Order: sequence, then C-alpha cells, then structure tokens
Amino acid sequence: MNDIYVARSSAIAARALEEEMVIMSMRDSTLFTLNEVAAEIWRAADGKTPLSEIVRNNICAKFATDPDAAYADAEIFCRQLSDCGILMLSDRPIELGG
Amino acid sequence: MTSSLVVEIGNYPVRFSTDDPALLGCLRTRFGDFVTEAPSSAPVDFSVRLLTPGLLPGGRDIQVTHVNGCWRFARDLFHSEWFPKHGRGSVRTSPLNFSRDAALAVPGPMAASVDSTLRVLHTLLLAPGGGFLLHAASAVRNGKAFVFSGVSGAGKSTISRLAPPDVTLLTDEISYICPQGETYRAFGTPFVGDLSRNGANISAPLKEINLLAQGSSNKRELLPPPKAAAGLLRNVLFFAVDPEYVPLVFETACRVASTVPIYRLTFVPTEEVWEMIS
Repeated sequence: MNDIYVARSSAIAARALEEEMVIMSMRDSTLFTLNEVAAEIWRAADGKTPLSEIVRNNICAKFATDPDAAYADAEIFCRQLSDCGILMLSDRPIELGG
Repeated sequence: MTSSLVVEIGNYPVRFSTDDPALLGCLRTRFGDFVTEAPSSAPVDFSVRLLTPGLLPGGRDIQVTHVNGCWRFARDLFHSEWFPKHGRGSVRTSPLNFSRDAALAVPGPMAASVDSTLRVLHTLLLAPGGGFLLHAASAVRNGKAFVFSGVSGAGKSTISRLAPPDVTLLTDEISYICPQGETYRAFGTPFVGDLSRNGANISAPLKEINLLAQGSSNKRELLPPPKAAAGLLRNVLFFAVDPEYVPLVFETACRVASTVPIYRLTFVPTEEVWEMIS
C-alpha cells in the first residue's frame, strides 16, 4: 500500500461545534460540515503523519471499525476534500509554511 | 453650498454631504427616522456626487475590493470609496433616470446608490466587532427580538406582513445584529424588502433566529450548532472576498450558532405562525 500524507489547507476557516467541524473554503466560501469521524481525520492532518497511522490511531482506536475498510473510506474522503481545495495530499510529508 | 445629513443605523452614524439640496431631500425621504441630528458618535463622512450618465462602468453585482487601505464598492449605478483610517469616503452615482422633482417624492437611483453603499459599509464596520448583517426580517415582541432568515422568496416579507399589532417590525429584508456582552442585540434598519417601508429605529436583545422554510404545517425544530452555523452562513450578508474579514464573519456565525437558539421554522403563510413566536 502506498501511503499518503494529508495537511489542512491554509485557505480555510474552521471551527469545532460540538463533535462536528464546520469548515469554510476561503476560495469560494463553500461550507463543509464534517461528522465526528471525519473531524478526527481533519484534526490529525498535520502533513507529517501518514494517513494509515491517522486511521489506526485516531479512527480504529476510537471507533469500532475494520482497518482496511476504514483506510479505504478515509482515502476517498481525503481525495474529495483535496478536490475541494481544503486539504492537501502528497505521497511524501508536506512542509507547512508559517 | 455643501450641506449634509447623518444616517445612523445600529450605533454607526454616517454623514452624507453634497452641494445639491435635491439630493439631500431625496436621502431624507428615503432614510426617514434613521436620519438624526444628534449622532451617538463621530460619523463616518461620505461626500456624494452625481456624475454624467454612462460614466460608470460595472455590472449589476456589487464588487468589493480592498487595496492600499481603501475599500471600493462598485456596480453599474455607483462607485464608492471608503478610507477607514481617515474615516471618510465618497459615493459617485450615475443619475440615469434621476429627476429632481421625482426624487423628492420617491427614492431615486441616487438613494439606491447610498442605500447599497450603506449596506456594504455596515458589513465592514460590524465585522471586526463580531456584528453582522443577515438576509432576514426581524421584529420585537414583548421586548425581545426575533429574526426570520432566508433567501429571496423564503418568506421574510410574508411573515412580516402577517405580524400581529403587538409586534414592531425592525426590517423585512436585512437584519442588523451586534454583540452585547455575552449575547446579541438586533437593531432596526432602513433596508427594505417587498414591504417597501423602513423598520422601526429601535433595538432589542436577540432571543432567537428562525431559518425560514414554507411548508404545509407550522413547526419549529431546534438546530444543533453545526447545522445552525451552516444555515446562518448561507444568509449572512458579506460582499468582500477578503482574507482578513471572511474568517471574522465565519467566526461570528459559529459563535452565534453556539449561543443563540436557531430554529428551522416551517410555516404556512397565515397569521397562526405568530402563535409560535412569543
């Protein structure tokens, strides 16, 4: 499995409300509401931690779920957010400015 | 000779100066009770000048830009500039069908230009302090403010029209909401919708916000904060795509969603809907 690295875009505004995360793209003001599981991935997306490790430590450890299925779902989710410009994806660690 | 008047909405007075008394008369008619002789603080100053028709390029949508300390608001009817550091700005408006006599009787394009300028200006004045304008009707009942938010056609003017006599309308189109300690306060505005009349120039503590939907029965559902924030953000009035201001508006909407009850109000357009609002 080729792992991927994920990092939150700087061109967003985000705020946790209860267990969910509300995110607004600064590019086009599109709104996203992430559920509790998706919010876990979002919070852990620091550019340094591989997605597989995020899924293992932040998803499988907290939510009863099959690791392979969880990783497949997480990868689809991350690619969708990447397409929307609010998450960055790479096959190597992502250097974040600032 | 230059003369002026002050339009105060919320706690922000704005003075408009012009050398054309007919224009001033038009503004006085348009803004009515929001024209004050005793502003609560030093006003922001705007000069208003008529241009020859056709001199202003631009489309139907307002473009708001921020360059070198100057905010520019522009569309086909007007170009406005505001320099926050200096507390002054200008409105240049194209008269189009402007007629001096008609302008005294009915608000003309010039008043519409000033109205649009005020809407944009107030979004910018309010944002740093956590206030905002909302596409919403609002009204005061029993000393508390109730807000009814939705896009065009959602029922803002309808619910305003159905209000019983003990309700005082703050606006049927654009609500004005400011923080007050840990809570919020709603102010009347002269920003009119289909009712074509200014709201009352009063304010009251904000009790709740209702996101409007029309349906076959009257019902209210309290929204969890994430849904409330998303619903609110869809209706917040903000024109500037600005990296400093957009996060402020986002934060404000999230804070409001966490502190003010926000409902989805589905209603049949009859007077009974007001039985749920008290």
